[in-house]
Amino acid sequence: MSTESVNQNKEIATADMSDDLYPVTYAFRVFRGDGKNGDFVDYEVSVEEGMVVLDAILSIQEHQDPELAVRWNCKSGRCGSCGMEINGMPKLACMTRISDYDPNNGPITITPMKTFPVIKDLVSDVSWNYEVNKTIEPFSPDKDSKFVFQQEDIERSREFRKCIECFLCQDVCHVLREHDKKDSFGGPRFFVRSAALHFHPEDTADRKEWLKDGQGGIGQCNITRCCTDVCPENISITDNAIIPQKEYVIDNYYSISGLIKKILKR
Amino acid sequence: MTLQIHEHDIIVIGAGGAGLSAAISAAEKGADVGVVCKSLLGKAHTVMAEGGIAASLGNVAPDDDWRSHFLDTMKGGWGLNDFRMAETHAKEAPDRVRELESWGAVFDRTKDGKISQRNFGGHRYTRLAHVGDRTGLELIRTLQDRAVALGIQVYMEYTITELLKDSKDKKIAGAFGYWRITGLPVLFRAKKIILATGGSGMAYRINSSSWEYTGDGPAMALRTGAELMDMEFVQFHPTGMVWPKSVQGTLVTEGVRGEGGILKNSNGERFMFNYIPDAYAGSIADTEEEADRWASGDMSARPPPELLTRDVVARAILNEVSEGRGSEHGGAYLDIASRKSVEFILQKLPAMYHQFKELAGVDITKGPMEVAPTCHYMMGGVRVDPDTQETCVSGLYASGEAAGGLHGANRLGGNSLSDLLVFGNRAGIHAGKTAKDIVEFPEINENDLENALDYLEFPFLNSADKGEHPFRLREELHEIMEEYVGIKREETGLKIGVEKLEDLKTRTHSLFATGMRTYNAGWQTCFDLINLIDVSIAIAHSALKRKESRGAHSRIDFPVPTEALGKTKFIISLKNDKVKVSKASVPVPRKELLDMIQKDQNKGVKK
Repeated sequence: MSTESVNQNKEIATADMSDDLYPVTYAFRVFRGDGKNGDFVDYEVSVEEGMVVLDAILSIQEHQDPELAVRWNCKSGRCGSCGMEINGMPKLACMTRISDYDPNNGPITITPMKTFPVIKDLVSDVSWNYEVNKTIEPFSPDKDSKFVFQQEDIERSREFRKCIECFLCQDVCHVLREHDKKDSFGGPRFFVRSAALHFHPEDTADRKEWLKDGQGGIGQCNITRCCTDVCPENISITDNAIIPQKEYVIDNYYSISGLIKKILKR
Repeated sequence: MTLQIHEHDIIVIGAGGAGLSAAISAAEKGADVGVVCKSLLGKAHTVMAEGGIAASLGNVAPDDDWRSHFLDTMKGGWGLNDFRMAETHAKEAPDRVRELESWGAVFDRTKDGKISQRNFGGHRYTRLAHVGDRTGLELIRTLQDRAVALGIQVYMEYTITELLKDSKDKKIAGAFGYWRITGLPVLFRAKKIILATGGSGMAYRINSSSWEYTGDGPAMALRTGAELMDMEFVQFHPTGMVWPKSVQGTLVTEGVRGEGGILKNSNGERFMFNYIPDAYAGSIADTEEEADRWASGDMSARPPPELLTRDVVARAILNEVSEGRGSEHGGAYLDIASRKSVEFILQKLPAMYHQFKELAGVDITKGPMEVAPTCHYMMGGVRVDPDTQETCVSGLYASGEAAGGLHGANRLGGNSLSDLLVFGNRAGIHAGKTAKDIVEFPEINENDLENALDYLEFPFLNSADKGEHPFRLREELHEIMEEYVGIKREETGLKIGVEKLEDLKTRTHSLFATGMRTYNAGWQTCFDLINLIDVSIAIAHSALKRKESRGAHSRIDFPVPTEALGKTKFIISLKNDKVKVSKASVPVPRKELLDMIQKDQNKGVKK
């Protein structure tokens, strides 16, 4: 289902809500299996007003199949555990209202994030992300820092610190999803983290090498903005995190002033 | 079946604020630390903390100091707090906040560039360091980054099912469990173990917890010979979401009230003025006019009654509902839209805005929220030494929500994040220092290991026809806890509750699971549920013994606090698999602290 049709359904659903039609029976087509084998299994769930997709999955688990595997925690969009693909769109299951979909449009299809190996059912192996994270130089303040700064000094860093590490941006990023460049590319989540550090008023580390030649490999991003589109925290990943850091790399390695600096350093 | 074995000087169970704090401090002492957690790193429930960290930094209210924070904590806890913990907590919280900042946390700022602070219930000064209403996310991410920078090994998605002692049954020697990904058994050998497993909110149907909050720490500690205390004190946060039903219980931060939000009933009355307890009569505004002056920054006015302690506000809302003045879906209206500008709300409460917009279709900048009490926090927990956080089992520690003592009968908002920072740090330091003196890993008792391995197998051996379904049994637990061990309690109900819970406990032997061990929710729930029932039994027994109302524990048949019970704590231990309740005296504060408390009490009454 495309984004447009989801939005259309939103209007249908709003109309439904006021008509007080609940409960409504919805069909769900859920991927069941592991990395090697798997198939879709259909379930029917009686949906009450306000229910989200995660509610339906937990209802299947509690009442129909307790073996169904799903990762979740806070159930309110804060922890970023329940990233999965709903009708092919990377989403947080806990923040996706079932009423966004038309029950008469066929089953809602739920699959695990495609970019990572499947462990079981809706749970994928995201451990690669935790390894990438370790390659980023941590926060490095000046030893004498007094940590006195204004609210406006932190706004840029703050946007990136909203990230809940749901890895939906990693899932949708075609450098990882189609080209599987996990050995040389960090992915949007970690450009967000390096940006959070870069824009911290007291940080002194320089992560340009990581960005250019290290695990970052930011040059491989060709700004398709898919990451920004799926971010549940509405972080402007492309415009505010990736492009400024691409520019930072260009300024340091490819611009004339960067070349002069390099020569002087020698 | 292959048994994974790992060895670390210190194993920390839980990767929330307390666990990560402990791990960092222990690693900084030179210990080799492993952190074991049920979820992915960074997803622990600390991430849900919204309002802030209580610490008397004095950045907004220069008169604030550790003494006021200590007094507020003791008063909020109705005097049942361990004074030593309350003192340490108040003294060390500011350093822990500054430490977080030095590790990269980005707090909201004051005009002169310092860490900003906000108001919260029961705190006489503007005291909570915060990051909008996402303080928990900032805290956990900062600790996570610090732990990663220190190279601490984290075992993600492992559940610990039993703690193991040495062959002499004296010292702690290891933790046993399974990797959720494969379901295969794992043994962590350690010289010291720190429990930082958080709370047990999943014992109640309406809660603000994730599935992880099943009381694993207290339940396992109890089975290993440690004691629990203050278990009757379960905090129901006054403001959980009410509607839609699927998000019932999800937390609405106290920050809404701290930033000026007010509570109204269906008649539009600001009802909290009718519920000011005597102990706070002198220190809370008694007219709307004064409360509004306070809200607009008049330091000479007293704070509004919406900022009374959580136990008081939760009961007030329940009372309004039961007397027919509830909101549309059975709660109260929490209104900030009519008090503050859209820009202010979006800057200070962005997560609340997002949460209501996405989940309830309510715009909190335009209209009120509907709220009602939700099970939020366990004041009780594992009994520990107030300075080191060690339990009576040598080498076993507990900190954060899993431990008891600091909060007494009721916890103040903001004191949980400071608690886990202060006492996570203390447990880590003590365990880290002392682990170094131990050369050899204690030998694990082989028999116990065999039993632990068998335990993992048992749900597969029970048949689905005759056995108990873990999710059905959990529903029964919820019904029992809500009906008999809920916000309002009385003798007959509690007795029935204890009986039913013990019956439920017996039935857990028949819990069944089907299929494979790999990420099998039904099978995993069996072990979580058993811990949850153990903790629930401890809650019910303690609640039965406390024949008075105090803080979060409210008895219909004994509506007022008594002097004798104000000096008594109930301790839970296991004797031959049976729960034993014993009494202990509340430690009497040192003279200078006691004088301070008495002076403060007199001041409160006079005003």
